[in-house]
Amino acid sequence: MSFLDVKDLKIHFPTDDGVVKSVDGLTFGLERGQTLGIVGESGSGKSVTSLGILGLHKGGRAKISGEIWLDGEELVSAPAEQVRGLRGKKMAMIFQDPLSSMHPYYTVGHQIIEAYRIHNAVSKQVARKHAVDLLGRVGIPEPGKRVDSYPHEFSGGMRQRAMIAMALSCDPELLIADEPTTALDVTVQAQILDLMRDLQREFNSALIIITHDLGVVAELADDILVMYGGKCVEYGKTDEIFYNPEHPYTWGLLGSMPRLDREPTERLLPIKGSPPSLINVPPGCAFHPRCPYADRTEGRASTEVPDLAPTERGHLVRCHMPRTERRSLWENEIKPVLETQ
Amino acid sequence: MSENEPLLSVRNVEKHFPVTAGLFKKQVAAVKAVDGISFDVFKGETLGLVGESGCGKSTTGRLVTRLLEPTGGSVEFEGRDITHLSQGKLRPLRRDMQMIFQDPYSSLNPRHTVGAIVGAPFRIQGVRTENGVKKAVQDILALVGLNPEHYNRYPHEFSGGQRQRIGIARTLALKPKLIIADEPVSALDVSIQAQVVNLLEDLQKELDLTYVVIAHDLSVVRHISDRVAVMYLGKIVEIADRKRLYSSPMHPYTNALLSAVPVPDPKARKERERIRLKGDVPSPLNPPPACRFHTRCWKAQEICKTVEPPLETLASGHSVACHFPENAPVAAATAGEAGKD
Amino acid sequence: MLTYIIRRLIGAIAMLIVISMVTFGIFFVVPQWAGSSPEAMASRYVGRAATPETVHLVAQKLGFYDPVIVQYGRFAKGIVAGAEYDYGAGVEQCPAPCFGYSFISGQPVWPDLLDRMPVTFSLAIGAALLWVLGGVSVGVISALRRGTFFDRLSMGTALAGVSLPIFFTGMLSLVVFSYGLGWTPPGGSWTDFTENPAQWAFNLLLPWITLAFLFAATYARLTRAGMLETMGEDYVRTARAKGLSERDVVVKHGLRAALTPILTLFGIDFGLLIGGAVLTETTYTLPGLGQFAILAIRNQDLPQVMGVVLFAACFVVVASLIVDLLYAWVDPRVRLS
Repeated sequence: MSFLDVKDLKIHFPTDDGVVKSVDGLTFGLERGQTLGIVGESGSGKSVTSLGILGLHKGGRAKISGEIWLDGEELVSAPAEQVRGLRGKKMAMIFQDPLSSMHPYYTVGHQIIEAYRIHNAVSKQVARKHAVDLLGRVGIPEPGKRVDSYPHEFSGGMRQRAMIAMALSCDPELLIADEPTTALDVTVQAQILDLMRDLQREFNSALIIITHDLGVVAELADDILVMYGGKCVEYGKTDEIFYNPEHPYTWGLLGSMPRLDREPTERLLPIKGSPPSLINVPPGCAFHPRCPYADRTEGRASTEVPDLAPTERGHLVRCHMPRTERRSLWENEIKPVLETQ
Repeated sequence: MSENEPLLSVRNVEKHFPVTAGLFKKQVAAVKAVDGISFDVFKGETLGLVGESGCGKSTTGRLVTRLLEPTGGSVEFEGRDITHLSQGKLRPLRRDMQMIFQDPYSSLNPRHTVGAIVGAPFRIQGVRTENGVKKAVQDILALVGLNPEHYNRYPHEFSGGQRQRIGIARTLALKPKLIIADEPVSALDVSIQAQVVNLLEDLQKELDLTYVVIAHDLSVVRHISDRVAVMYLGKIVEIADRKRLYSSPMHPYTNALLSAVPVPDPKARKERERIRLKGDVPSPLNPPPACRFHTRCWKAQEICKTVEPPLETLASGHSVACHFPENAPVAAATAGEAGKD
Repeated sequence: MLTYIIRRLIGAIAMLIVISMVTFGIFFVVPQWAGSSPEAMASRYVGRAATPETVHLVAQKLGFYDPVIVQYGRFAKGIVAGAEYDYGAGVEQCPAPCFGYSFISGQPVWPDLLDRMPVTFSLAIGAALLWVLGGVSVGVISALRRGTFFDRLSMGTALAGVSLPIFFTGMLSLVVFSYGLGWTPPGGSWTDFTENPAQWAFNLLLPWITLAFLFAATYARLTRAGMLETMGEDYVRTARAKGLSERDVVVKHGLRAALTPILTLFGIDFGLLIGGAVLTETTYTLPGLGQFAILAIRNQDLPQVMGVVLFAACFVVVASLIVDLLYAWVDPRVRLS
């Protein structure tokens, strides 16, 4: 069993218009010191997954099933109070927008001290010293002074550093970063990604990074899980996903991105249509209305949900097309077009 | 291209926003959002404007469309000085110059149908159409890839990508000559971004449009632009045609920006040589003297702190404002190579 | 922060000056525009029996023939430094703050106002405590249990509270609790706090509850709306992600931010109330400023009306000044702008 083991996780929200299946049967594992990238577009269920692991849907309207094992402890069936004790201590989270994610009325120091003192019975002075240490460690200049600043007095990059300091306050073993650099400028993004990589090495924690940006996961992740319509469509080693992707959605994502590392093409290769709404996920394979190869599945695309089946290269793909056909499509049609880019 | 008369000509344009303080709201300083920039936009081309937050790229967009009045310099459109035209005199000009905004949702009135939104420019400008406004609007909707039957629908009934198409349709209504697009795709999902980028390119060919595309995403800008201007703290630090700028960037800041973009190629991440800038962009309220980049530049010498480098155009047409540009052929070659694999 | 305080103080003082001008205008300038002669205005001071010559003389002595600016200067000086009145029958000293003399009793207005202040203060402070505590806690619980029976019941009650006028709820409560059940004292009961605190509180119990009910309703609705908004904020999610207990999440992160609009409203409400809880005092026949105002209006006792209006306006200004300063203390972002 891995350090983190998620098995058949389902997070459904009943609404007046029907059930929103935000996460619909997700399975993955992660070891200490490893990084998993969860990639998806808006409404793919990637953020709901991260909040679900932290137990933040507990007690709400969500219907949660499946298992989440963290270091041998099962969290889905555990009482809310027990999960709360782990939150911020054993598992912590970094959010996308550090300005709205920090309380505007409290100083940065206060918010870090608060996070530390929930799980550690120490005096305010000790906690404050710890907060100054952390701020220094995440690269904030003059931490002894900046500890008393309010979030709005920080720049965007500094705020995200402070947010990371807060998440690290209790040395978490699992760190989840939800679009940690999306709100940041590109030079600052590079700094924050470096910082996260260094800190992960130092703390040997398990890191889940949730993003829509394939460039970010290519920088950090060991494994990649691609989500679409609340389900995993492709899951494997980072190199496999980038160099031997087998799901048409992954191909679509790769073709949609203009890339700085290749000669510019005449045209991008977008995916037609838009991501589905989770309240009305298309039947069968959720991707079939946008898939250019849906007609190659003898009509099963719109009726049967494909299994998440392993390939001989050891990664998992949820697609009706026969393996040989997928391989030849990738080798002969997709890859050449992407590579000439 | 440069033999043509420029469609838009910007000379030493400045926009200083006053900062007030104290009891009597005395002006104590100015935010130099745009501080003396010059560039030309030629008919039929796309000029990309890139930079990080606070560099003044959006303000520049608003200045050339005269949504803001410059505090200095001049803006000429088709040879006519429009720097200080009154709102009344600007109105006919608005037909020729249109703007596309970042957030497709907030820039569309939720209470108006698509027909009313796209048709509004006709009514405002009192344009007569051959077969009535409705026919004209439906033609435009078809042009941007929307179903003309959706004439009577409201913005909330459309997805994010479709809303951006509505925004584009609105700007096309009066057959403008110049379109300023401020972050046209940054609010969209990856797969949708590519659709909109392609649409913008198709429309340019079909309708002979001229674009100024303002964006923070260097890959998108490279894909769509013919020439690119890089801004830093209210100044243009480098302008060149796309190929030159991306393959042999001369300004250290441009180099740093390009190096910071995460590349979706996990193997390349180990080989890539990175330039990491320290710290954040300084506040435009109190920009560093002389070369504004010297506080973060690894090449900075004494002269950079005292003498402001002018934007000089080389024989190649490449313009750069730097005392020690990275134009040595050796440096250019390595940058080009790093870009290829 | 200091410049912020100073700027607010200057603003408040400017506001007070404007208020004094407007009041002066209403009571002295508008009647003249409406055709009232200086003699007609002076006649109110000397009674109906006076001869035209006396009236003319008094009008001259009171300065009704002077230019408006001079009259205002005298009026303002009276408030700040006191004034001397000469009715023809000798000079009378009116110490600051001088709002003039009552037409009816012939007494200076200010001491009368002072006499009535404890009643209104007691009423307002007690009711304010009740409604803030009650309204805010009901609002918080309603927001956290949105859609439950408690939420619907309390919001229904709140709607009734907002829409029922106080002379209705007040009368009803008197009829039921005082005259019917005999649990509470009848209307018009007032004991000074210094005399007997227990009796003071007992006498005020019914007015407090009635008045608080009216305001608590608004505060409950406002708190509920504010809490629903802040509990959905990203920073509340962050607080939960830290492992904070739900109680701390609600109180320290959600409520703290939801309280700011409530603070603003409270400043205005409380300031207005201090100037006289007119309906409540009338309903329960309490000898406070509100009742004073009603009597003054009924008697057309202009100096008294003017006094109470100026006094009430000052309190609204002072209360909003205090709220502004508190606001800056609560929300650090205000200090910068």
